[in-house]
Amino acid sequence: MGDIYRGLAQAIHLIVTGDPELTQITLLSLKVTGIALLFSTLVGVPLGSFMGLRRFFGRHLVIVLLYTGMGFPPVVVGLFVYLMLSRAGPMGFLGWLFTPNAMIISQIIISFPLVAGFTMAAVMGVDPNLRQQVLSLGATQWQATLAVLREARVGVIVSIIAGFGSIISEVGSVMLVGGNIQGSTRVLTTAIVLETRKGNFDLAIALGLIVLGLSFIANALMLKLQGRTFHD
Amino acid sequence: MTEAAYRLRDVTKSYGDREVLNVRALDIERGEVLGVVGPSGSGKSTLLRLLNFLELPTSGHIEFGGYVTNGTGVAPLHIRRKVTTVFQRPVLLNTTVYNNVAFGLQLRGCKRSREKVYEALEWVGLVQAANQRARTLSGGEAQRVALARALVIEPEVLLLDEPTANLDPCNVSLIEEIIRHLNEEKRTTITLVTHNVFQAKRLADRVALLLEGKVIEVGATADFFANPRDPRAAAFVRGDLIY
Repeated sequence: MGDIYRGLAQAIHLIVTGDPELTQITLLSLKVTGIALLFSTLVGVPLGSFMGLRRFFGRHLVIVLLYTGMGFPPVVVGLFVYLMLSRAGPMGFLGWLFTPNAMIISQIIISFPLVAGFTMAAVMGVDPNLRQQVLSLGATQWQATLAVLREARVGVIVSIIAGFGSIISEVGSVMLVGGNIQGSTRVLTTAIVLETRKGNFDLAIALGLIVLGLSFIANALMLKLQGRTFHD
Repeated sequence: MTEAAYRLRDVTKSYGDREVLNVRALDIERGEVLGVVGPSGSGKSTLLRLLNFLELPTSGHIEFGGYVTNGTGVAPLHIRRKVTTVFQRPVLLNTTVYNNVAFGLQLRGCKRSREKVYEALEWVGLVQAANQRARTLSGGEAQRVALARALVIEPEVLLLDEPTANLDPCNVSLIEEIIRHLNEEKRTTITLVTHNVFQAKRLADRVALLLEGKVIEVGATADFFANPRDPRAAAFVRGDLIY
């Protein structure tokens, strides 16, 4: 128990004093996860909305693919991205393996189906009579679509939270495609693995506390953004 | 002679092979309350969707305010915005009562809508609930909000699809009073679809009976109930037509 208390005390000290390595790792994690989540949201929310609102040929196949994507094991995604970006792979010419770009790609593949899938479910969950009633009040087709999306907003926010949660805490794919290179591709989760193996529990605990803190802050912010809706 | 708000001629509506509506001729006069009665599945709600231009007839045409449906394309927005429907089960937006009532005005880009919203809420007796979340209202209150959001946009035609079904007697009489008041004061043309033959008797100037998608009989309310010409209408009035 002594190691844990000592590690915890030192971890808090590292956080409070703004340890440079800790800061650098945290900022890189935020950058990689932030860009991946932004992309997943910008593409996933419109796609999920479209899937929820429209019926078209091949829709069921797309839904099955999305649901499959929601359950992708990160390490398998990492393996896939690794093979694509490796020197012998089809996208090896980009030279992105073991760079933050590779980590962003793998995190997009993990979070995008979650954002799109949960958004689709949220849109489909809106009472189908709403659209007709809104049209009856004089809405254009576009205004009616926006009204349906507004009603699904809680679900859409949940989809983004789910996407964030899935990538801020994942270690398998970023370890594979990033390589955990100090000062370059080392992020919070890969650093926790490394520091724990090295016996640097203080740094590992500090990193763990930051992951938990970020997750908490992100969720609190999302809740704040959607106002009172969860109280209804 | 009164002016017709709607003229329907040889209007049919089919879904696949199934024809659900076939109206040879029906005029709805401006400023009247037309009660449309008939059993479930007789095509009443389909008729309302056509009158609201939410759907197009399969054949025939509907004439309204200088616009004639041609079977293709949607009705122009300015035509659609002259008509609105209050549905049997209103779906309110997940926001305040005020925002729900203001919604139709926002769609039209109306400024200074506050007075109109409160006026509409006053009509339905829900001024005190303006800031309440709409989803916390009772069924009767929700229906009154649906009425308020319809009448705030001052439609030329108000279509009511079983507006008091499943409501308690107190709310039924409240809503009937609002409908009567609206028609008397604003001369809004109202088409009321109802299962309740007594409600049609209480509110309508004329009554039309729909059976299997066809208008069997239409006439002034007193006449319709006292001297039905068609034997099926007579059976309906006597209560022999079970539905």
